[in-house]
Amino acid sequence: MSSTQHAVGFGRPMSVSQSRRPPWRFRLQGSDTTWAIAFLVPYIAVFAAFVVYPVIFGLWMGSNPSLYGVLFSDPKYVTTAINTLLFVVVGVNVKMFLAFLLSGFFVIRSWWIRALLAIFLIPWVLPAMVVFTSIHFMLVTQWGLLDSLIRAITGHDGPLFLVHQSVAMGANIVSYIWKWLPFWTLVFIAARMAIPQDIYEAAAIDGATGMKLLIYVTFPLLANVYLVCTLLSTIWTLGDFPTVYFVTTGAPDMSTNVLASYGFHEAFDFGYPDLGVAAMMSALPILIPLVIWLMRRARATGVQL
Amino acid sequence: MSATTAGGRLPSRRHYRVRRYLVEALCMVFGLVLLVWSLLPIYNIIIVALSSHDDVFSGTVWPEHPSLHSFVIVFTEGFWYLDNFWHQFGNSFFVGFMTMFLTLFVGSLASFAIGRLHLRQGWLLSNAALMTYVIPASFLAIPFYRIMQIYGLSNNLWSVIAAMVTFATPYAIFIFSQYGKTIPMELDESARIDGANPLQIYIRIYLPLMAPALVAVGTYALLLAWNEYLYQFLLLSTPRSMTVAVALAQFLNSDESPWNYMMATAIIYALPPMILYYGFRRYMAAGLTMGGVKG
Repeated sequence: MSSTQHAVGFGRPMSVSQSRRPPWRFRLQGSDTTWAIAFLVPYIAVFAAFVVYPVIFGLWMGSNPSLYGVLFSDPKYVTTAINTLLFVVVGVNVKMFLAFLLSGFFVIRSWWIRALLAIFLIPWVLPAMVVFTSIHFMLVTQWGLLDSLIRAITGHDGPLFLVHQSVAMGANIVSYIWKWLPFWTLVFIAARMAIPQDIYEAAAIDGATGMKLLIYVTFPLLANVYLVCTLLSTIWTLGDFPTVYFVTTGAPDMSTNVLASYGFHEAFDFGYPDLGVAAMMSALPILIPLVIWLMRRARATGVQL
Repeated sequence: MSATTAGGRLPSRRHYRVRRYLVEALCMVFGLVLLVWSLLPIYNIIIVALSSHDDVFSGTVWPEHPSLHSFVIVFTEGFWYLDNFWHQFGNSFFVGFMTMFLTLFVGSLASFAIGRLHLRQGWLLSNAALMTYVIPASFLAIPFYRIMQIYGLSNNLWSVIAAMVTFATPYAIFIFSQYGKTIPMELDESARIDGANPLQIYIRIYLPLMAPALVAVGTYALLLAWNEYLYQFLLLSTPRSMTVAVALAQFLNSDESPWNYMMATAIIYALPPMILYYGFRRYMAAGLTMGGVKG
């Protein structure tokens, strides 16, 4: 066994950082590599079988150019693409900004604010399908909870939410914000907690108060985290499925779908899996630059994902 | 009026106190708005579950005859969508715990190899994990469905477990790598001097010291698998193999379904993640400061 250790150990070029290690390390490096490979086998197997293979399979399914001709000539797809853009741009940015402001509220040290935070997190903890179905019930008829509340307060019947395309799309976006706001608020709370207190003290000595602290101290310090989180959230939201699938179910007349739900319906309800894959692949021209930007930002600023 | 008796100091103090009460009151009003905002859809689940079938869409804010009848139906599997409810509940638990166990196993081994054994190609694997982490899971759903048929795993709980482990492992590797940096390398080195091999270091030193990170990631993986819908719906099709999430969505196939039974089932289904979350909240919060959590 020692001979194999030797062989592998010598075959590897040494970097500067390795030369500082105690000498007995060098004898163990060969077996280290063997151990490391053995330890990595489960992950590499999972990665190859369930990431690489499906990705290649998906690329192959969506590789026929004629699919995109069919796709782009479908008016439902055009609506879907616009919806997705609206959903992502409005949903993510409003959510992130609110989360940033709310994190400032939740760092106030008070027992009832801490209790409120525990309740505020419930939407995030509950299964998406449960809460979105509940919202669907609130909106789908004129006898749901929301209309009942409007009737109880104003005495008039409330609107039918899922009849107008713009109202229904708004309902999707609000539901999405409702579900994911707590999580990002928590992320920003953690980021705010990491800011050293003496920076605020120094700013206070210089005469900064309230709003000025927020604009000139907190925001610049959190700008990197804010950008990286927004990028990450944008990428995830591009593939958001349960919100639309449960809240409006695409109603009225399949006009509020986003890419993921449109692709799902094409693949499993209408039986065109290739078209479904093509619909999701049509997001790649936006997705890939975003991923690259995110990776570079995260590396350059040292923000942990 | 007291300004005349105590000079300039008292009014400013009183002014300050009034202002503080005002701010506190504003905070309270704002908190109340947040409370209503957070709880409205959850309140809706509860009132629908407490209603009778005819009462569900009666247009009232509180059911006229609230009863726990729906919960009795769920517990006794008294409706045909719920025939296998407890079996499906067991399936959800099986998927959740297997996902948790395998994610911890695969993730901790990989992070140990990358972080502690100085593998030169480690960055490649970290980047591969990062790519998997950022890609939206729904984009892989259709090809995933196909390859599960190729693997002969369609309608099998293991196909869901495989999917969940795939999407949870990258996060596990991040958190473990971050947390692992706080464990001094000197511990590994002194164990080596004592003659321990990497496997012994992994079991005797690495895993015990990683306990908080293991709890954080374990909770995350369990919640992910329990709450996930899309993959479970695609990969599981018969009532005996379904998880609760899939069985619950069956109610949506018909407009005449008893929504009260559905929401009662939803409450029971939502209890384990609630308990888990509030039980392990401290660790979950620790996980957040170590890195992000994929919702």
